[in-house]
Amino acid sequence: MIEFEYAAPTDLDEAIGLFAQAGDRATLLAGGTDIIVQLREGLRRADLVIDVKKIPELSQFEYAPETGLRLGASVPCWQIYENESIAAAYPALADAVRIIGGWQIQSRASVGGNLCNASPAADSIPALIALGAVAHLAGPGGRRAVPVAEFCTGPGKNVLQSGELLVALTLPPAHAGSGSAYQRFIPRNEMDIAVVGAGSWVQLDESRQRIAAARIALAAVGPTPRQAVQAAEFLCGKEPTEENLHEAGELAKQVATPISDMRGPAEYRTHLVGVLTRRTLAAAVERAGTFQP
Amino acid sequence: MTPVKKHVTTKINGESVEFLCEPRQSLLEVLRDDLALTGCKEGCNNGNCGACTVVLNGRPVNSCLVLAVEAADASIETVEGIAEQGHLDPVQQCFLEGAALQCGICTPGFIVAAKALLDKNPDPTEAEIRFSLAGNLCRCTGYDKIIRAVQAAAQARLAAQQSS
Ligand code: FES
Ligand code: FES
Repeated sequence: MIEFEYAAPTDLDEAIGLFAQAGDRATLLAGGTDIIVQLREGLRRADLVIDVKKIPELSQFEYAPETGLRLGASVPCWQIYENESIAAAYPALADAVRIIGGWQIQSRASVGGNLCNASPAADSIPALIALGAVAHLAGPGGRRAVPVAEFCTGPGKNVLQSGELLVALTLPPAHAGSGSAYQRFIPRNEMDIAVVGAGSWVQLDESRQRIAAARIALAAVGPTPRQAVQAAEFLCGKEPTEENLHEAGELAKQVATPISDMRGPAEYRTHLVGVLTRRTLAAAVERAGTFQP
Repeated sequence: MTPVKKHVTTKINGESVEFLCEPRQSLLEVLRDDLALTGCKEGCNNGNCGACTVVLNGRPVNSCLVLAVEAADASIETVEGIAEQGHLDPVQQCFLEGAALQCGICTPGFIVAAKALLDKNPDPTEAEIRFSLAGNLCRCTGYDKIIRAVQAAAQARLAAQQSS
């Protein structure tokens, strides 16, 4: 691995200062499960590695049913699925972080890092988009908020400007009658990269018989995660019958423009979009039937 | 220009340890090459095989994906710390008795991860064991013997607890 300096600031402004000064010569380190491999294999160069795990705004999370979740960018996966209230309120996110790598990876890898890495196949991103998450950024120019749905701009690329970092993600409060799910298809049982991933969120109406609102997002079907807006709109006001969920799956296929690669041909991936959309919607509806914040 | 070495104080297997390291060095490198704790192995050096598993602040991690400087003021448990006063841990004993190893390269990682699992979940189902050990790869034994050894260790631990 090439040589670099290491800094672990304990204050956000100090980190922003360091990062702005070093510019493109610096890289940020949270769980390190992508960055350390990239540095070691020469896929990324850095003279300075800034460890952000000692900054409270990044390393802490807060959840309250009334205000929702504020998830620091460096919080590791296990802290989400081992927290019963968070896993119950945001099951799609818990589904995703339970299957990112193995146990050892989940001890370190963060959702913020998974997002910044901006892989088209990242498991947590469709879950975040389906849950309506917002990314909070800070840099030399100040602070701004960007919906996660608009965060990725290409494979490995995102909206972060030079010197800017992801501080936290916020998820809106989960109301009674809401539910979500994330599923991916992989040829193995564990430890693999999604051939296709789908995250769905639904809010049932007062009667719990109809879908009042929905969001669907897909992974590994294009250069960035995709939102299936038309499919979600189709479901509004409808009962979650098998036919309606199937139709939503068919509509979701229309936003998929996958490539053919070693993980699967484009046609197969498009087929998977229909299947996984339907299944995650069904799981989300079932969870919504019982969820009470 | 070689970066300045960092001075790190940490706890390994209950004892306070100090070392100097370059920021680029992984915890795995320092444990093996500088601290002579060669129990953890380098299989892939990129987070896929789990041979380098150690417990860092109570959680199993791949030590090849941790910078040694990140271990400052932490608490680390390696396979060397698992046997107590010369007595093998039930996980070690069951791997031995169940022949759950051949070349043994993957074994320390499996033992550290399996013990971490049983400390958290003393009576796991087979599916839970397989799920928790999915980040540990073995190229020789086949996983069934390993899973059976972990199941036997769980039973041995439960039996020991009941009789004490
Ligand atoms: S050597 Fe660390 S995971 Fe393989
Ligand atoms: S015993 Fe050889 S790799 Fe597992």
